[in-house]
Amino acid sequence: MVVESIRLRLTPLVQYRLRIADTCLIHAQRLGEWCGHGPILEEDIALTNLSLDLLGQARALLTHAGKVEGQGFDEDQLAFLRDEGQFFNLTLVEQPSRKASAHAPGGDFADLVLRNFLVATWLKALYGRLVSSSDAELAAIAAKALKETRYHQEHAADWVVRLGDGTEESARRLAAALDRAWPYTHEMFVRDAVDDAAAASALGPRRDELAADWQRGVAAVFSDAKLALPAATPFVSTGSNGVHSEHMGFVLAEMQTLQRSFPGGKW
Amino acid sequence: MYTQAMDLAPKEERAKLRSAEEAELEARFEARIDAGDFIEAKDWMPEHYRKTLVRQISQHAHSETVGMLPEGNWITRAPTLKRKTILLAKVQDEAGHGLYLYSAAETLGTSRDQMLDALHSGKAKYSSIFNYPTLTWADVGVIGWLVDGAAIMNQVPLTRCSYAPYARAMVRVCREESFHQRQGFDSLLVMMNEGTDAQRVMVQDAVDRWWWPSLMMFGPPDKDSVHGTQSMRWGIKRISNDDLRQKFVDATAEQAKVLGVTLPDPLLAWNAERGHYDFGPIDWDEFWRVVGGHGPCNKERLAARVKAWDDGAWVREAALAHESRRAAKKEAA
Amino acid sequence: MSQNEWPLWEVFVRPKAGLDHKHCGSLHAADAKMALQLAREVYTRRQEGTSVWVVRSSDITASDPGDKPMLFDPMEDKVYRHPTFYKLPEAVDHM
Repeated sequence: MVVESIRLRLTPLVQYRLRIADTCLIHAQRLGEWCGHGPILEEDIALTNLSLDLLGQARALLTHAGKVEGQGFDEDQLAFLRDEGQFFNLTLVEQPSRKASAHAPGGDFADLVLRNFLVATWLKALYGRLVSSSDAELAAIAAKALKETRYHQEHAADWVVRLGDGTEESARRLAAALDRAWPYTHEMFVRDAVDDAAAASALGPRRDELAADWQRGVAAVFSDAKLALPAATPFVSTGSNGVHSEHMGFVLAEMQTLQRSFPGGKW
Repeated sequence: MYTQAMDLAPKEERAKLRSAEEAELEARFEARIDAGDFIEAKDWMPEHYRKTLVRQISQHAHSETVGMLPEGNWITRAPTLKRKTILLAKVQDEAGHGLYLYSAAETLGTSRDQMLDALHSGKAKYSSIFNYPTLTWADVGVIGWLVDGAAIMNQVPLTRCSYAPYARAMVRVCREESFHQRQGFDSLLVMMNEGTDAQRVMVQDAVDRWWWPSLMMFGPPDKDSVHGTQSMRWGIKRISNDDLRQKFVDATAEQAKVLGVTLPDPLLAWNAERGHYDFGPIDWDEFWRVVGGHGPCNKERLAARVKAWDDGAWVREAALAHESRRAAKKEAA
Repeated sequence: MSQNEWPLWEVFVRPKAGLDHKHCGSLHAADAKMALQLAREVYTRRQEGTSVWVVRSSDITASDPGDKPMLFDPMEDKVYRHPTFYKLPEAVDHM
């Protein structure tokens, strides 16, 4: 027996919130794969703290989004009983991290720290604006999250620089990781109707408004890391619209399996 | 259970005394032990004491880090966000415990790299319990209840170990450990009391698989344990295997009643005369098989640790290279 | 001993304002900034600290325990028994 998925009544302002919540959730999920497998015990502990912080942000944001959506769904129903098409995370965070996907190899530590850096820089810019959201609860969540994200960004930036300006091998791996990740960053700054709705009600910034801040932050660190900014390409990923990469299905299958196979279960 | 190291080590030859001074030092050392003094890192100690502690503490540390893997197996599949959070924090604590212990061991003249080399090459051991697979979510709760429960029993006496850095590390560990057992028990209680029939079946199945291995954690029976006496003299091992195991059975049998699970031992029964629970015979063949490297997951556990370390070599190297370049620039400036 | 090993650092945490920094253990880190960050992650997860100091273990000079005979130990010693804490002349450095 299997539990049926919930169906959300999607409005632009619900989707706007879920884009942030889901990005934190799926990013935390991928980070959790590294627990027990880090390059050194100390860093393992640090990475798990990142995952815990992001999970905390996801829980707060999902609970909040559930209230706004109006059907009374809680954080777990939203995390474990939605179908892929109603998840709105950045496609970047669902890409394979430590573990391989069905026909894609896993990433290495360079992929991990680079992704942490790119996403943390984005979240820092976003939360920085959300602290003045017209929604008091969202503003409060953002204020707490901003403190954590500043640390995440600094931790990740330090690693990007160590790897970029470390050994030949680390520089090579970091450059390869950047090649893989860069096309997915375009999605961070697309402007659409959901963004416009959020801006109109002063709920939060449009994604394109974050671009300048983000580029500045990234460029500074890339310079220290001796990394060249890749050329822009026309590639745009669409996870924010519920159309994901082939990896999302596996992420959700793993994450949701228990709730799906134990109807009425209490945990 | 973490003193399995002493039960399983090869018999050590006592080093020949080099001089009258050495004999004097050894006598003074034994007197300090008898007086209940703590030994610190820079104090004189017999080589045999130092070697025993390095093996004991490092294998305890290895147990913690290998111990991250069976429960870590369920992080991505945890059934609620709250349980995922708790599990991440718990597994992270195990890493921390490993770290405190490696740190204590390093005060004795070994290094992290040397200890890891011993683990990865198969020379060093870790607690045999972690060579069993976690097959269901209920396994995670049962590990918290039984395995962490056993660990607590083992660890409290170690807070009074004569070697102070180890004792201090154990104080830190014990403070954090009770969270581990409570979260496991809580998880099982919810499933048993509020959950579905399918969940209850899952819990009972996990108990059936983990009970006997948990009893084996306390090591072979006292009569088969080679190094007990010396370690007890030195305050490294303060309570015998059999005594700890009995204590564990007595406590757990009562806890099982609260949970509403049965323990898979038809001979488990309260003995009013002894004031303890009688229990059935342990399959020591299984114990020696697992300790000897042929348990269900031995190869996978070690392979995972080796892979993480090997895959991380270029990362550790890069960090060092970056720092030495930065330091050189600073010097030159 | 591996030359590629991250150096060892001692960690001192001040639990709250008004109290002293207390030694709580050690960890390996490649540089001072990392050592500080890791010290916070490892030793202050349960809000055990308002301030953290990290010192390279090799920078600590420790006193001699009172009852040790002068015959076997130098007056000022290193806190750990790591062989590499002791810089020897090249002629005998192979030990």
